[in-house]
Amino acid sequence: MDELVQRFLAGDRRALARVITRVENRTLEGRDYVRALFPHSGRAHIVGITGGAGSGKSTLTGALATELRRREKTVAIIAVDPSSPFTHGALLGDRIRMQDVTMDPGVYMRSMAGRGALGGLAPAIADVVAVVDAFGFDYVIIETIGAGQDEVEIAGTAMTTVLVNNPGTGDDIQALKAGIIEIADILVVNKADHPGADVLVSQLQALLALSPGDQRRPPILKTIATRGEGLAALADAIDEHRAYLEASGQLAAHRAEDARHQLMAITQQLILEEIRKAAPEVVIATLTERIASRELDPHTAAEELAARVLPRP
Amino acid sequence: MSTATATGKIRVLIAKPGLDGHDRGAKVVARALRDGGCEVIYTGIRQTPEMIAEAALQEDVDVVGLSILSGAHLELFPRVVEELKKRGLDDVLLFCGGIIPEEDTEALQKLGFKAIFRPGTNTQDIVKFVYDNVKK
Ligand code: B12
Ligand SMILES: Nc1nc2c(ncn2[C@@H]2O[C@H](COP(=O)(O)OP(=O)(O)OP(=O)(O)O)[C@@H](O)[C@H]2O)c(=O)[nH]1
Ligand SMILES: [Mg+2]
Repeated sequence: MDELVQRFLAGDRRALARVITRVENRTLEGRDYVRALFPHSGRAHIVGITGGAGSGKSTLTGALATELRRREKTVAIIAVDPSSPFTHGALLGDRIRMQDVTMDPGVYMRSMAGRGALGGLAPAIADVVAVVDAFGFDYVIIETIGAGQDEVEIAGTAMTTVLVNNPGTGDDIQALKAGIIEIADILVVNKADHPGADVLVSQLQALLALSPGDQRRPPILKTIATRGEGLAALADAIDEHRAYLEASGQLAAHRAEDARHQLMAITQQLILEEIRKAAPEVVIATLTERIASRELDPHTAAEELAARVLPRP
Repeated sequence: MSTATATGKIRVLIAKPGLDGHDRGAKVVARALRDGGCEVIYTGIRQTPEMIAEAALQEDVDVVGLSILSGAHLELFPRVVEELKKRGLDDVLLFCGGIIPEEDTEALQKLGFKAIFRPGTNTQDIVKFVYDNVKK
Protein backbone atom coordinates (compact mmCIF):
# COMPACT_ATOMS: atom_id res chain seq x y z
CA MET A 1 0.00 0.00 0.00
CA ASP A 2 2.50 2.00 0.69
CA GLU A 3 3.44 3.35 -2.67
CA LEU A 4 -0.05 4.52 -3.52
CA VAL A 5 -0.43 6.15 -0.10
CA GLN A 6 2.89 7.91 -0.55
CA ARG A 7 1.87 9.22 -3.94
CA PHE A 8 -1.48 10.28 -2.49
CA LEU A 9 0.18 12.20 0.33
CA ALA A 10 2.54 13.80 -2.19
CA GLY A 11 -0.52 15.23 -3.98
CA ASP A 12 -0.76 12.84 -6.97
CA ARG A 13 -4.32 13.12 -8.32
CA ARG A 14 -4.20 9.75 -10.03
CA ALA A 15 -3.38 8.15 -6.69
CA LEU A 16 -6.37 9.97 -5.18
CA ALA A 17 -8.65 8.62 -7.93
CA ARG A 18 -7.37 5.08 -7.45
CA VAL A 19 -7.71 5.16 -3.69
CA ILE A 20 -11.31 6.37 -4.02
CA THR A 21 -12.17 3.41 -6.26
CA ARG A 22 -10.82 0.97 -3.70
CA VAL A 23 -12.60 2.70 -0.85
CA GLU A 24 -15.80 2.89 -2.85
CA ASN A 25 -15.64 -0.84 -3.55
CA ARG A 26 -15.48 -1.43 0.22
CA THR A 27 -12.79 -4.05 0.00
CA LEU A 28 -10.51 -5.00 2.89
CA GLU A 29 -7.79 -3.13 1.01
CA GLY A 30 -10.09 -0.11 0.86
CA ARG A 31 -10.49 -0.18 4.63
CA ASP A 32 -6.71 -0.13 5.01
CA TYR A 33 -6.53 3.01 2.86
CA VAL A 34 -9.09 4.69 5.09
CA ARG A 35 -7.04 3.64 8.13
CA ALA A 36 -3.89 5.14 6.63
CA LEU A 37 -5.47 8.39 5.46
CA PHE A 38 -8.09 9.16 8.12
CA PRO A 39 -5.55 10.89 10.41
CA HIS A 40 -4.98 13.45 7.63
CA SER A 41 -8.67 14.31 7.32
CA GLY A 42 -10.79 16.77 9.30
CA ARG A 43 -9.74 20.05 7.75
CA ALA A 44 -12.10 20.50 4.81
CA HIS A 45 -15.47 22.20 5.02
CA ILE A 46 -18.06 19.71 3.78
CA VAL A 47 -20.95 21.22 1.84
CA GLY A 48 -24.02 19.27 0.71
CA ILE A 49 -26.11 20.33 -2.28
CA THR A 50 -29.53 18.72 -2.36
CA GLY A 51 -32.85 19.39 -4.10
CA GLY A 52 -35.19 17.91 -6.66
CA ALA A 53 -34.22 16.26 -9.93
CA GLY A 54 -33.20 18.85 -12.50
CA SER A 55 -33.29 21.73 -10.01
CA GLY A 56 -29.78 22.74 -11.09
CA LYS A 57 -27.66 21.04 -8.42
CA SER A 58 -24.81 20.15 -10.79
CA THR A 59 -24.78 23.52 -12.51
CA LEU A 60 -24.84 25.25 -9.13
CA THR A 61 -22.06 23.01 -7.82
CA GLY A 62 -19.88 23.83 -10.82
CA ALA A 63 -20.58 27.54 -10.46
CA LEU A 64 -19.89 27.42 -6.72
CA ALA A 65 -16.57 25.70 -7.39
CA THR A 66 -15.72 28.47 -9.87
CA GLU A 67 -16.49 31.09 -7.22
CA LEU A 68 -14.41 29.31 -4.58
CA ARG A 69 -11.50 29.03 -7.02
CA ARG A 70 -11.75 32.78 -7.56
CA ARG A 71 -11.11 33.00 -3.82
CA GLU A 72 -8.10 30.75 -4.27
CA LYS A 73 -9.63 27.81 -2.43
CA THR A 74 -9.31 24.24 -3.65
CA VAL A 75 -12.44 22.16 -4.19
CA ALA A 76 -13.35 18.49 -4.47
CA ILE A 77 -16.76 17.59 -5.88
CA ILE A 78 -18.50 14.26 -5.32
CA ALA A 79 -21.67 13.95 -7.37
CA VAL A 80 -23.96 11.00 -6.70
CA ASP A 81 -26.35 9.61 -9.29
CA PRO A 82 -28.64 6.58 -8.86
CA SER A 83 -27.76 2.98 -9.67
CA SER A 84 -30.36 0.85 -11.42
CA PRO A 85 -31.91 -1.48 -8.83
CA PHE A 86 -32.20 -4.14 -11.53
CA THR A 87 -28.91 -4.13 -13.41
CA HIS A 88 -26.85 -2.26 -10.77
CA GLY A 89 -25.42 -0.19 -13.59
CA ALA A 90 -25.48 3.61 -13.54
CA LEU A 91 -25.36 6.52 -15.94
CA LEU A 92 -23.40 9.29 -14.28
CA GLY A 93 -24.10 12.57 -16.04
CA ASP A 94 -23.40 15.32 -13.50
CA ARG A 95 -19.99 16.04 -15.03
CA ILE A 96 -21.67 17.43 -18.16
CA ARG A 97 -22.76 20.50 -16.16
CA MET A 98 -19.38 21.13 -14.58
CA GLN A 99 -17.19 21.42 -17.66
CA ASP A 100 -15.86 24.85 -16.75
CA VAL A 101 -14.05 23.72 -13.64
CA THR A 102 -12.98 20.18 -14.40
CA MET A 103 -9.75 21.24 -16.12
CA ASP A 104 -8.68 23.38 -13.17
CA PRO A 105 -5.86 21.71 -11.20
CA GLY A 106 -7.40 23.09 -8.00
CA VAL A 107 -10.59 21.09 -8.58
CA TYR A 108 -11.18 17.35 -8.44
CA MET A 109 -14.53 16.05 -9.64
CA ARG A 110 -15.75 12.52 -9.10
CA SER A 111 -19.02 10.89 -10.14
CA MET A 112 -20.31 8.26 -7.77
CA ALA A 113 -23.10 5.73 -8.18
CA GLY A 114 -25.65 5.35 -5.38
CA ARG A 115 -25.17 1.57 -5.35
CA GLY A 116 -28.50 0.98 -3.69
CA ALA A 117 -28.05 3.21 -0.64
CA LEU A 118 -31.18 4.94 0.60
CA GLY A 119 -31.24 8.63 1.41
CA GLY A 120 -29.64 10.14 -1.69
CA LEU A 121 -26.02 9.22 -1.05
CA ALA A 122 -23.83 6.15 -1.58
CA PRO A 123 -22.84 3.40 0.89
CA ALA A 124 -19.18 4.47 1.02
CA ILE A 125 -19.81 8.21 1.06
CA ALA A 126 -18.37 8.87 4.53
CA ASP A 127 -15.13 7.03 3.71
CA VAL A 128 -14.81 8.71 0.32
CA VAL A 129 -15.34 12.13 1.91
CA ALA A 130 -12.68 11.36 4.53
CA VAL A 131 -10.21 10.36 1.83
CA VAL A 132 -10.87 13.44 -0.30
CA ASP A 133 -10.62 15.61 2.83
CA ALA A 134 -7.29 13.97 3.65
CA PHE A 135 -5.95 14.97 0.23
CA GLY A 136 -6.11 18.56 1.46
CA PHE A 137 -8.98 20.27 -0.34
CA ASP A 138 -10.40 23.36 1.36
CA TYR A 139 -13.97 22.45 0.41
CA VAL A 140 -15.69 19.17 -0.40
CA ILE A 141 -19.03 19.62 -2.18
CA ILE A 142 -21.38 16.64 -2.28
CA GLU A 143 -24.25 16.63 -4.78
CA THR A 144 -26.99 14.20 -3.73
CA ILE A 145 -28.96 12.03 -6.13
CA GLY A 146 -31.90 14.44 -6.03
CA ALA A 147 -34.73 11.97 -5.89
CA GLY A 148 -36.86 13.84 -3.41
CA GLN A 149 -37.96 14.40 0.11
CA ASP A 150 -36.24 11.56 1.90
CA GLU A 151 -32.73 12.76 1.19
CA VAL A 152 -31.99 13.82 4.74
CA GLU A 153 -28.83 11.74 5.10
CA ILE A 154 -26.79 14.54 3.62
CA ALA A 155 -27.26 16.65 6.75
CA GLY A 156 -25.32 14.07 8.73
CA THR A 157 -22.37 14.04 6.36
CA ALA A 158 -22.26 17.71 5.34
CA MET A 159 -21.57 20.55 7.75
CA THR A 160 -23.50 23.02 5.60
CA THR A 161 -26.52 21.72 3.68
CA VAL A 162 -27.81 23.78 0.77
CA LEU A 163 -31.35 23.02 -0.42
CA VAL A 164 -32.04 23.98 -4.04
CA ASN A 165 -35.59 25.00 -5.08
CA ASN A 166 -37.01 26.31 -8.34
CA PRO A 167 -39.73 28.86 -9.01
CA GLY A 168 -42.89 27.89 -10.80
CA THR A 169 -42.89 24.24 -9.84
CA GLY A 170 -46.05 24.77 -7.81
CA ASP A 171 -46.11 21.79 -5.54
CA ASP A 172 -42.74 22.72 -4.09
CA ILE A 173 -43.99 24.46 -0.99
CA GLN A 174 -46.39 21.70 -0.14
CA ALA A 175 -43.63 19.14 -0.43
CA LEU A 176 -41.17 21.23 1.54
CA LYS A 177 -43.38 21.04 4.57
CA ALA A 178 -42.78 17.32 4.63
CA GLY A 179 -39.52 17.81 6.46
CA ILE A 180 -36.57 18.31 4.14
CA ILE A 181 -36.61 22.04 4.83
CA GLU A 182 -35.52 21.26 8.37
CA ILE A 183 -32.16 19.99 7.19
CA ALA A 184 -31.40 23.12 5.16
CA ASP A 185 -28.78 25.53 6.48
CA ILE A 186 -29.11 27.67 3.35
CA LEU A 187 -32.07 27.84 0.96
CA VAL A 188 -31.37 28.60 -2.67
CA VAL A 189 -33.97 29.64 -5.22
CA ASN A 190 -32.16 28.63 -8.41
CA LYS A 191 -33.36 29.43 -11.93
CA ALA A 192 -34.23 32.88 -10.62
CA ASP A 193 -34.40 33.95 -14.28
CA HIS A 194 -37.70 32.06 -14.43
CA PRO A 195 -40.94 33.81 -13.43
CA GLY A 196 -42.10 33.40 -9.85
CA ALA A 197 -38.73 33.58 -8.09
CA ASP A 198 -39.76 36.38 -5.76
CA VAL A 199 -43.04 34.66 -4.97
CA LEU A 200 -41.14 31.53 -3.99
CA VAL A 201 -38.76 33.55 -1.83
CA SER A 202 -41.64 35.07 0.13
CA GLN A 203 -43.35 31.69 0.44
CA LEU A 204 -40.14 30.24 1.85
CA GLN A 205 -39.83 33.19 4.23
CA ALA A 206 -43.36 32.60 5.45
CA LEU A 207 -42.62 28.94 5.96
CA LEU A 208 -39.46 29.66 7.93
CA ALA A 209 -41.33 32.14 10.10
CA LEU A 210 -43.26 29.19 11.50
CA SER A 211 -40.15 27.64 13.06
CA PRO A 212 -39.38 28.34 16.73
CA GLY A 213 -37.94 31.81 17.25
CA ASP A 214 -34.74 30.78 18.99
CA GLN A 215 -33.54 28.82 15.97
CA ARG A 216 -31.17 30.13 13.37
CA ARG A 217 -33.15 31.14 10.26
CA PRO A 218 -31.50 29.84 7.10
CA PRO A 219 -30.84 32.61 4.59
CA ILE A 220 -32.74 32.48 1.31
CA LEU A 221 -30.66 33.30 -1.76
CA LYS A 222 -31.58 33.72 -5.42
CA THR A 223 -29.20 32.26 -8.00
CA ILE A 224 -28.96 31.82 -11.74
CA ALA A 225 -26.45 29.01 -11.81
CA THR A 226 -26.12 28.95 -15.60
CA ARG A 227 -24.84 32.55 -15.51
CA GLY A 228 -22.95 32.33 -12.24
CA GLU A 229 -25.24 34.94 -10.67
CA GLY A 230 -25.71 34.94 -6.92
CA LEU A 231 -22.77 32.61 -6.39
CA ALA A 232 -20.63 35.10 -4.46
CA ALA A 233 -23.51 35.51 -1.99
CA LEU A 234 -23.84 31.72 -1.73
CA ALA A 235 -20.11 31.29 -1.04
CA ASP A 236 -20.34 34.04 1.60
CA ALA A 237 -23.35 32.37 3.20
CA ILE A 238 -21.50 29.04 3.37
CA ASP A 239 -18.54 30.69 5.10
CA GLU A 240 -20.85 32.55 7.46
CA HIS A 241 -22.56 29.30 8.35
CA ARG A 242 -19.19 27.68 9.02
CA ALA A 243 -18.28 30.57 11.34
CA TYR A 244 -21.64 30.23 13.09
CA LEU A 245 -21.10 26.48 13.58
CA GLU A 246 -17.69 27.10 15.11
CA ALA A 247 -18.80 29.95 17.36
CA SER A 248 -21.87 28.12 18.65
CA GLY A 249 -20.06 24.87 19.33
CA GLN A 250 -22.27 23.08 16.82
CA LEU A 251 -19.37 22.08 14.59
CA ALA A 252 -17.91 19.96 17.38
CA ALA A 253 -21.36 18.52 18.07
CA HIS A 254 -21.84 17.74 14.38
CA ARG A 255 -18.47 15.99 14.22
CA ALA A 256 -19.29 13.93 17.30
CA GLU A 257 -22.66 12.94 15.91
CA ASP A 258 -21.18 11.96 12.57
CA ALA A 259 -18.45 9.96 14.33
CA ARG A 260 -21.05 8.11 16.38
CA HIS A 261 -23.14 7.43 13.30
CA GLN A 262 -20.14 5.99 11.46
CA LEU A 263 -19.08 3.92 14.44
CA MET A 264 -22.50 2.32 14.72
CA ALA A 265 -22.94 1.82 10.98
CA ILE A 266 -19.58 0.16 10.51
CA THR A 267 -19.98 -2.00 13.59
CA GLN A 268 -23.36 -3.15 12.30
CA GLN A 269 -21.72 -3.99 8.98
CA LEU A 270 -18.94 -5.97 10.71
CA ILE A 271 -21.43 -7.99 12.75
CA LEU A 272 -23.42 -8.73 9.61
CA GLU A 273 -20.24 -9.93 7.90
CA GLU A 274 -19.50 -12.20 10.89
CA ILE A 275 -22.99 -13.65 10.69
CA ARG A 276 -22.54 -14.32 7.00
CA LYS A 277 -19.30 -16.12 7.75
CA ALA A 278 -20.84 -18.13 10.58
CA ALA A 279 -24.06 -19.06 8.84
CA PRO A 280 -23.96 -21.01 5.58
CA GLU A 281 -26.42 -19.86 2.93
CA VAL A 282 -28.59 -22.95 3.53
CA VAL A 283 -29.20 -21.85 7.10
CA ILE A 284 -30.34 -18.43 5.93
CA ALA A 285 -32.43 -19.98 3.16
CA THR A 286 -34.09 -22.38 5.58
CA LEU A 287 -34.94 -19.63 8.05
CA THR A 288 -36.26 -17.53 5.19
CA GLU A 289 -38.55 -20.32 4.07
CA ARG A 290 -39.81 -20.93 7.58
CA ILE A 291 -40.73 -17.25 7.91
CA ALA A 292 -42.38 -17.19 4.49
CA SER A 293 -44.45 -20.27 5.34
CA ARG A 294 -45.46 -18.67 8.66
CA GLU A 295 -43.85 -21.51 10.59
CA LEU A 296 -41.53 -19.02 12.33
CA ASP A 297 -41.87 -15.32 13.05
CA PRO A 298 -39.09 -13.02 11.77
CA HIS A 299 -37.96 -11.98 15.26
CA THR A 300 -37.35 -15.50 16.49
CA ALA A 301 -35.64 -16.37 13.21
CA ALA A 302 -33.33 -13.36 13.43
CA GLU A 303 -32.48 -14.18 17.05
CA GLU A 304 -31.57 -17.68 15.96
CA LEU A 305 -29.32 -16.32 13.25
CA ALA A 306 -27.70 -13.71 15.47
CA ALA A 307 -27.09 -16.32 18.17
CA ARG A 308 -24.45 -17.83 15.89
CA VAL A 309 -22.13 -14.96 16.70
CA LEU A 310 -23.68 -13.36 19.76
CA PRO A 311 -23.80 -15.57 22.83
CA ARG A 312 -27.18 -14.83 24.35
CA PRO A 313 -27.39 -14.11 28.07
CA MET B 1 -3.39 -3.18 -12.62
CA SER B 2 -7.09 -2.76 -13.12
CA THR B 3 -9.56 -1.40 -10.64
CA ALA B 4 -12.49 -3.57 -11.66
CA THR B 5 -12.27 -6.11 -8.89
CA ALA B 6 -14.70 -8.83 -8.02
CA THR B 7 -16.58 -6.43 -5.77
CA GLY B 8 -16.17 -3.40 -7.99
CA LYS B 9 -18.10 -2.21 -10.97
CA ILE B 10 -16.60 -1.63 -14.39
CA ARG B 11 -16.30 2.14 -14.84
CA VAL B 12 -16.55 3.40 -18.41
CA LEU B 13 -16.07 6.88 -19.86
CA ILE B 14 -17.99 7.57 -23.07
CA ALA B 15 -16.73 10.74 -24.71
CA LYS B 16 -17.19 12.75 -27.87
CA PRO B 17 -14.07 14.59 -28.97
CA GLY B 18 -14.13 17.67 -31.17
CA LEU B 19 -17.00 19.68 -32.56
CA ASP B 20 -19.06 16.69 -33.69
CA GLY B 21 -22.64 17.09 -32.51
CA HIS B 22 -23.92 13.60 -33.36
CA ASP B 23 -24.59 12.29 -29.88
CA ARG B 24 -27.29 9.67 -30.41
CA GLY B 25 -24.85 6.80 -30.83
CA ALA B 26 -22.82 7.81 -27.75
CA LYS B 27 -25.99 7.97 -25.65
CA VAL B 28 -27.24 4.62 -26.99
CA VAL B 29 -23.92 3.01 -26.12
CA ALA B 30 -23.82 4.67 -22.67
CA ARG B 31 -27.31 3.40 -21.88
CA ALA B 32 -26.56 -0.10 -23.15
CA LEU B 33 -23.49 -0.32 -20.92
CA ARG B 34 -25.48 0.94 -17.94
CA ASP B 35 -28.10 -1.69 -18.62
CA GLY B 36 -25.26 -4.18 -18.85
CA GLY B 37 -24.28 -3.31 -15.27
CA CYS B 38 -21.45 -0.83 -15.85
CA GLU B 39 -21.06 2.56 -14.21
CA VAL B 40 -20.91 4.90 -17.17
CA ILE B 41 -19.71 8.49 -17.12
CA TYR B 42 -21.00 10.46 -20.06
CA THR B 43 -19.46 13.90 -20.50
CA GLY B 44 -21.49 15.27 -23.41
CA ILE B 45 -20.33 16.74 -26.70
CA ARG B 46 -17.49 19.10 -27.57
CA GLN B 47 -14.74 17.58 -25.48
CA THR B 48 -11.10 18.42 -26.03
CA PRO B 49 -8.54 15.60 -25.81
CA GLU B 50 -7.34 17.16 -22.53
CA MET B 51 -10.85 17.13 -21.04
CA ILE B 52 -11.33 13.48 -21.98
CA ALA B 53 -8.02 12.40 -20.47
CA GLU B 54 -8.59 14.47 -17.34
CA ALA B 55 -12.07 12.96 -16.90
CA ALA B 56 -10.60 9.46 -17.33
CA LEU B 57 -8.03 10.21 -14.63
CA GLN B 58 -10.39 11.81 -12.11
CA GLU B 59 -13.08 9.18 -12.60
CA ASP B 60 -10.56 6.31 -12.50
CA VAL B 61 -12.24 4.48 -15.36
CA ASP B 62 -11.27 1.06 -16.66
CA VAL B 63 -12.51 1.81 -20.17
CA VAL B 64 -12.53 4.84 -22.46
CA GLY B 65 -14.88 4.75 -25.45
CA LEU B 66 -14.75 7.50 -28.08
CA SER B 67 -17.66 8.22 -30.38
CA ILE B 68 -17.16 10.17 -33.59
CA LEU B 69 -19.19 10.68 -36.76
CA SER B 70 -17.53 13.82 -38.08
CA GLY B 71 -14.60 12.20 -39.84
CA ALA B 72 -11.97 13.87 -37.63
CA HIS B 73 -10.90 10.68 -35.81
CA LEU B 74 -7.40 10.47 -37.32
CA GLU B 75 -6.78 14.00 -36.18
CA LEU B 76 -8.34 13.80 -32.71
CA PHE B 77 -7.81 10.23 -31.50
CA PRO B 78 -3.98 10.40 -31.49
CA ARG B 79 -4.21 13.51 -29.34
CA VAL B 80 -6.55 11.78 -26.87
CA VAL B 81 -4.13 8.84 -26.65
CA GLU B 82 -1.24 11.22 -26.11
CA GLU B 83 -3.06 13.04 -23.30
CA LEU B 84 -3.93 9.73 -21.65
CA LYS B 85 -0.29 8.63 -21.80
CA LYS B 86 0.86 11.95 -20.39
CA ARG B 87 -1.21 11.20 -17.31
CA GLY B 88 0.03 7.64 -16.99
CA LEU B 89 -3.24 6.13 -18.14
CA ASP B 90 -1.77 3.65 -20.59
CA ASP B 91 -3.57 0.69 -19.09
CA VAL B 92 -7.16 1.70 -19.81
CA LEU B 93 -9.10 -0.30 -22.37
CA LEU B 94 -9.66 1.88 -25.44
CA PHE B 95 -12.34 1.40 -28.06
CA CYS B 96 -14.40 3.54 -30.37
CA GLY B 97 -17.33 3.76 -32.76
CA GLY B 98 -19.19 5.87 -35.30
CA ILE B 99 -18.50 6.71 -38.93
CA ILE B 100 -15.01 5.31 -39.33
CA PRO B 101 -13.89 4.06 -42.78
CA GLU B 102 -12.53 0.52 -42.98
CA GLU B 103 -9.20 1.77 -44.28
CA ASP B 104 -8.55 3.60 -40.99
CA THR B 105 -8.85 0.43 -38.92
CA GLU B 106 -5.15 -0.38 -38.91
CA ALA B 107 -4.07 3.12 -37.92
CA LEU B 108 -6.49 3.10 -34.98
CA GLN B 109 -5.43 -0.37 -33.88
CA LYS B 110 -1.83 0.80 -33.83
CA LEU B 111 -2.90 3.67 -31.60
CA GLY B 112 -4.25 1.14 -29.13
CA PHE B 113 -7.95 0.93 -30.00
CA LYS B 114 -8.99 -2.64 -29.27
CA ALA B 115 -12.22 -2.48 -31.26
CA ILE B 116 -14.19 -0.28 -33.62
CA PHE B 117 -17.99 -0.46 -33.74
CA ARG B 118 -19.75 0.97 -36.78
CA PRO B 119 -23.38 1.93 -37.53
CA GLY B 120 -25.82 -0.92 -37.10
CA THR B 121 -23.84 -2.59 -34.32
CA ASN B 122 -25.91 -4.57 -31.85
CA THR B 123 -25.28 -2.93 -28.50
CA GLN B 124 -25.16 -6.35 -26.84
CA ASP B 125 -21.93 -6.99 -28.72
CA ILE B 126 -20.50 -3.79 -27.25
CA VAL B 127 -21.42 -4.84 -23.72
CA LYS B 128 -19.95 -8.28 -24.29
CA PHE B 129 -16.75 -6.78 -25.64
CA VAL B 130 -16.31 -4.71 -22.48
CA TYR B 131 -16.87 -7.64 -20.13
CA ASP B 132 -14.56 -9.87 -22.17
CA ASN B 133 -11.73 -7.37 -22.31
CA VAL B 134 -11.56 -5.53 -18.99
CA LYS B 135 -8.73 -7.07 -17.00
CA LYS B 136 -10.02 -8.44 -13.75
C1 B12 C 1 -29.01 11.75 -37.29
C2 B12 C 1 -27.90 12.43 -38.07
C3 B12 C 1 -27.72 13.78 -37.85
C4 B12 C 1 -28.47 14.57 -36.78
C5 B12 C 1 -27.77 14.34 -35.46
C6 B12 C 1 -28.69 14.34 -34.24
C7 B12 C 1 -27.93 13.96 -32.98
N1 B12 C 1 -28.14 14.73 -31.95
O1 B12 C 1 -27.16 13.00 -32.93
C8 B12 C 1 -28.32 16.01 -37.33
C9 B12 C 1 -29.49 16.30 -38.26
C10 B12 C 1 -28.26 17.10 -36.28
C11 B12 C 1 -27.07 15.88 -38.16
C12 B12 C 1 -26.28 16.94 -38.49
C13 B12 C 1 -25.15 16.85 -39.32
N2 B12 C 1 -24.72 15.75 -39.96
CO1 B12 C 1 -25.42 14.01 -39.66
N3 B12 C 1 -26.13 12.26 -39.66
C14 B12 C 1 -27.10 11.71 -38.99
C15 B12 C 1 -27.26 10.26 -39.47
C16 B12 C 1 -28.39 10.21 -40.48
C17 B12 C 1 -27.54 9.21 -38.40
C18 B12 C 1 -26.61 9.25 -37.17
C19 B12 C 1 -27.28 8.55 -36.01
O2 B12 C 1 -27.80 9.20 -35.09
N4 B12 C 1 -27.32 7.22 -36.02
C20 B12 C 1 -27.94 6.43 -34.99
C21 B12 C 1 -26.89 6.02 -33.94
C22 B12 C 1 -27.53 5.17 -32.86
O3 B12 C 1 -25.89 5.29 -34.60
P1 B12 C 1 -24.35 5.63 -34.55
O4 B12 C 1 -24.10 7.02 -34.08
O5 B12 C 1 -23.71 5.18 -35.78
O6 B12 C 1 -23.85 4.69 -33.35
C23 B12 C 1 -23.77 3.28 -33.48
C24 B12 C 1 -22.40 2.81 -33.93
O7 B12 C 1 -21.75 3.69 -34.80
C25 B12 C 1 -21.66 2.57 -32.67
N5 B12 C 1 -21.02 3.68 -31.98
C26 B12 C 1 -21.11 5.03 -32.11
N6 B12 C 1 -20.35 5.65 -31.22
C27 B12 C 1 -19.74 4.74 -30.48
C28 B12 C 1 -18.84 4.84 -29.42
C29 B12 C 1 -18.34 3.69 -28.82
C30 B12 C 1 -17.41 3.79 -27.70
C31 B12 C 1 -18.76 2.42 -29.31
C32 B12 C 1 -18.24 1.22 -28.67
C33 B12 C 1 -19.65 2.32 -30.35
C34 B12 C 1 -20.15 3.46 -30.93
O8 B12 C 1 -22.66 2.06 -31.82
C35 B12 C 1 -23.91 2.72 -32.09
C36 B12 C 1 -24.99 1.73 -31.92
O9 B12 C 1 -24.99 0.80 -32.96
C37 B12 C 1 -25.87 10.01 -40.13
C38 B12 C 1 -25.84 8.97 -41.24
C39 B12 C 1 -25.67 7.58 -40.74
N7 B12 C 1 -26.36 6.66 -41.34
O10 B12 C 1 -24.89 7.33 -39.81
C40 B12 C 1 -25.49 11.40 -40.62
C41 B12 C 1 -24.04 11.76 -40.77
C42 B12 C 1 -23.25 11.23 -39.57
N8 B12 C 1 -24.08 13.21 -40.72
C43 B12 C 1 -23.23 13.78 -41.54
C44 B12 C 1 -23.07 15.18 -41.69
C45 B12 C 1 -22.13 15.62 -42.79
C46 B12 C 1 -23.77 16.09 -40.88
C47 B12 C 1 -23.66 17.60 -40.91
C48 B12 C 1 -22.23 18.15 -41.06
C49 B12 C 1 -24.57 18.08 -42.04
C50 B12 C 1 -24.47 19.57 -42.36
N9 B12 C 1 -23.82 19.86 -43.43
O11 B12 C 1 -24.97 20.38 -41.59
C51 B12 C 1 -24.30 18.04 -39.58
C52 B12 C 1 -23.24 18.20 -38.48
C53 B12 C 1 -23.84 18.44 -37.11
C54 B12 C 1 -22.78 18.55 -36.02
N10 B12 C 1 -22.91 19.58 -35.17
O12 B12 C 1 -21.91 17.77 -35.89
C55 B12 C 1 -22.42 12.74 -42.30
C56 B12 C 1 -20.97 12.62 -41.79
C57 B12 C 1 -20.02 12.44 -42.95
C58 B12 C 1 -18.64 12.02 -42.59
N11 B12 C 1 -18.29 11.68 -41.36
O13 B12 C 1 -17.82 11.95 -43.45
C59 B12 C 1 -23.31 11.48 -42.15
C60 B12 C 1 -22.51 10.17 -42.16
C61 B12 C 1 -24.32 11.49 -43.31
C62 B12 C 1 -23.66 11.29 -44.66
N12 B12 C 1 -23.73 10.09 -45.18
O14 B12 C 1 -23.11 12.19 -45.18
N13 B12 C 1 -26.83 14.60 -38.50
N1 LIG D 1 -32.76 28.94 -16.86
C1 LIG D 1 -31.95 28.31 -15.99
N2 LIG D 1 -31.64 27.04 -16.19
C2 LIG D 1 -30.82 26.43 -15.30
C3 LIG D 1 -30.29 27.11 -14.18
N3 LIG D 1 -29.52 26.23 -13.48
C4 LIG D 1 -29.57 25.07 -14.15
N4 LIG D 1 -30.35 25.17 -15.25
C5 LIG D 1 -30.66 24.12 -16.25
O1 LIG D 1 -31.44 23.12 -15.62
C6 LIG D 1 -31.14 21.85 -16.21
C7 LIG D 1 -30.78 20.86 -15.10
O2 LIG D 1 -29.58 21.30 -14.50
P1 LIG D 1 -28.64 20.32 -13.68
O3 LIG D 1 -27.55 21.14 -13.09
O4 LIG D 1 -28.27 19.14 -14.47
O5 LIG D 1 -29.66 19.87 -12.52
P2 LIG D 1 -29.47 18.72 -11.42
O6 LIG D 1 -30.29 19.12 -10.26
O7 LIG D 1 -28.04 18.49 -11.18
O8 LIG D 1 -30.10 17.48 -12.15
P3 LIG D 1 -30.02 15.94 -11.71
O9 LIG D 1 -28.63 15.68 -11.20
O10 LIG D 1 -30.33 15.22 -12.96
O11 LIG D 1 -31.07 15.77 -10.66
C8 LIG D 1 -30.02 22.07 -17.20
O12 LIG D 1 -30.58 22.18 -18.46
C9 LIG D 1 -29.42 23.40 -16.76
O13 LIG D 1 -28.81 24.11 -17.81
C10 LIG D 1 -30.65 28.48 -13.99
O14 LIG D 1 -30.24 29.15 -13.04
N5 LIG D 1 -31.47 29.03 -14.93
MG1 LIG E 1 -26.94 16.69 -11.29
